[in-house]
Amino acid sequence: MSATAPAPAPSPDTKVDERLLKTSPLRGLMGRPELGSVVGAIAVFLFFAIFADSFVRAASLSTVLYASSTIGIMAVPVALLMIGGEFDLSAGVMVTSSALISSMFSYQMTANVWVGVLVSLVVTLAIGVFNGVMLTRTDPPSFIITLGTFLMLTGMNLGFTKLISGTVSTKSISDMQGFSSARDVFASTFTIGGVDFKITILWWLALVVVATWILLRTRFGNWIYAVGGGEDAARAVGVPVNKTKIGLYMGVAFGAWISGQHLLFSFDVVQSGEGVGNELIYIIAAVIGGCLITGGYGSAVGAAVGALIFGMVSKGIVFAEWNPDWFKFFLGVMLLLATLLNHWVRKRAEATA
Amino acid sequence: MARTRTWVSIALAGALGVSLAGCSSTGGKRAEDARKAASAQGRAAVNTPKWTFAMITHSGDGDTFWDIVQNGAKQAAVKDNIDFLYSHNAEAQQQAQLVDAAVDKRVDGIIVTLAKPDAMKAAVARAEKAGIPVITVNSGSEQSKAFGALAHIGQDETIAGEAVGEELNKRGRKKALCILHEQGNVGHEQRCAGVKSTFHGTVQNLYVQGTSMPDVQSSIGAKLQADRSIDTVVTLGAPYADTAVKAKADAGSKAEIDTFDLNAKVASELKDGTLGFAVDQQPYLQGYEAVDLLWLYKYNADVLGGGKPVLTGPQIITKDQAAALEEYTKRGTR
Repeated sequence: MSATAPAPAPSPDTKVDERLLKTSPLRGLMGRPELGSVVGAIAVFLFFAIFADSFVRAASLSTVLYASSTIGIMAVPVALLMIGGEFDLSAGVMVTSSALISSMFSYQMTANVWVGVLVSLVVTLAIGVFNGVMLTRTDPPSFIITLGTFLMLTGMNLGFTKLISGTVSTKSISDMQGFSSARDVFASTFTIGGVDFKITILWWLALVVVATWILLRTRFGNWIYAVGGGEDAARAVGVPVNKTKIGLYMGVAFGAWISGQHLLFSFDVVQSGEGVGNELIYIIAAVIGGCLITGGYGSAVGAAVGALIFGMVSKGIVFAEWNPDWFKFFLGVMLLLATLLNHWVRKRAEATA
Repeated sequence: MARTRTWVSIALAGALGVSLAGCSSTGGKRAEDARKAASAQGRAAVNTPKWTFAMITHSGDGDTFWDIVQNGAKQAAVKDNIDFLYSHNAEAQQQAQLVDAAVDKRVDGIIVTLAKPDAMKAAVARAEKAGIPVITVNSGSEQSKAFGALAHIGQDETIAGEAVGEELNKRGRKKALCILHEQGNVGHEQRCAGVKSTFHGTVQNLYVQGTSMPDVQSSIGAKLQADRSIDTVVTLGAPYADTAVKAKADAGSKAEIDTFDLNAKVASELKDGTLGFAVDQQPYLQGYEAVDLLWLYKYNADVLGGGKPVLTGPQIITKDQAAALEEYTKRGTR
């Protein structure tokens, strides 16, 4: 359960250590946690390619990728945290907090926008550390701890914004120094073959690459699987459980910071009440992507594909021009189908591997 | 631990350092302070007893619109020597409980919204029975009188929608998209239905997730890409208008963006022609008039409207009026 690496059945008559056995690339692929979600994503894509005329146009796909990337930037670190066996319910509003901090700090201090961006990074990471330390130093489960953080952040977003700006949204900072360069980094578009793509797609891909490298190639990655698979066993073999968890919460905070800066620099004014409910979408994306809710199993690529499925379904319904009254119903049905397909494929893969 | 402390102090010192070094010479609070003339200090204009009025709305957290309503109510409260209490909850049941609490507190007047009238009926009746005058604002124009309220102050959502439909006709529009940012909100449905009833072209509804701006943007963008014949997008709240502008640019669409309600961004975008028009229901007036009318009732037994709702909108705002209103939107009263 705690292993992601493919575990081929060892034949009893060989004396070779099973970990040293060579596996065929196909077998290796079959055992990957993201396999099911990739099949699900292809199915969803084909479905909308058939039923929504405008879905396969390049500009439409750019829109779908943008929607997916804004979910995916958070789904990837949230998936890592889930592999480590914990939840973060504060992830959705933390994005809004991060954007509010940058905006208000820059505005109130009349500072270069980049100063606010850096202060926001420090504060957002501190929120992640707070979650991690609270969790590791006390007894309640992460569900309760981060629910507390969620409520506190929701209140603070509103309270501080009202206190400082006098209204419930921030002032516009678009005329301040550093804004345009910061927008280039967090909210610009780039063109490939005449089609505009949002830079969040690159942030998303970069996060997937980094997270995958951490999971599969570093000691920290092993710790994450170990902690999620069995905390006590991990501690017994010397894995620094607390450090690992705090690190994972900081990862989520980092993702929230990127998303928050995107929010700020693409919309320039931030509404303090936003973000509530998005934490569930991130968790859903990670689960569609093959992460186990109980921890110890999953992948960053899977979470990214989960976000892609969510993005394709939610925008595909619009492209298909179905009756909007039923939007949420369609969304639920499609997600359920994609997840079931994903689950079925994984079961088959495990049976044959 | 010592190492952690070192890192924290380095980070703090660094943050402080950059913030001192990196000042912006454009924009920011300093510019705002410079702009702001010394505003008149609020002082009571009357010497009536210090009555307590409670306002209980169906607003969610952090809603720009209700912020403006509150600003109006507070301004009137200062002038009328009123102790003003504000509370809100988006859940009808919780809102009713807040009304009950105000009645228990024996306030001198209650201002309430009837977004979900049935849930509020008992609470309003209880206030009447306790002899507390009630004024309804914003939503509930149909139920207000039946519930025994003194008056209703607000905009009729259907009438506002109809005004938008007529304005679109004037502008020769053919196919409009109505963006609903809260699924299941009756007022939103009424607005879009109002547009549909007077508009000669076709109207399509689109539901978006109002709590996530990227979702709003990509959904509107997707719709505009899917249907190239859409020439108008109508958003139901000011913050969503600017997002629709971005979605339009993404989709390479030529559609005109129009909106309900105002804010600073909408005012400036109306001024430079990015937006077509906005239909305002003057939220400031809803708060201000409600408090003032309660005071008038306590002081002089005055009532307004003669049993009919007092309408604060719709007021169609185009490029011509936007420049004059921009300053007021910035201070949060329009």
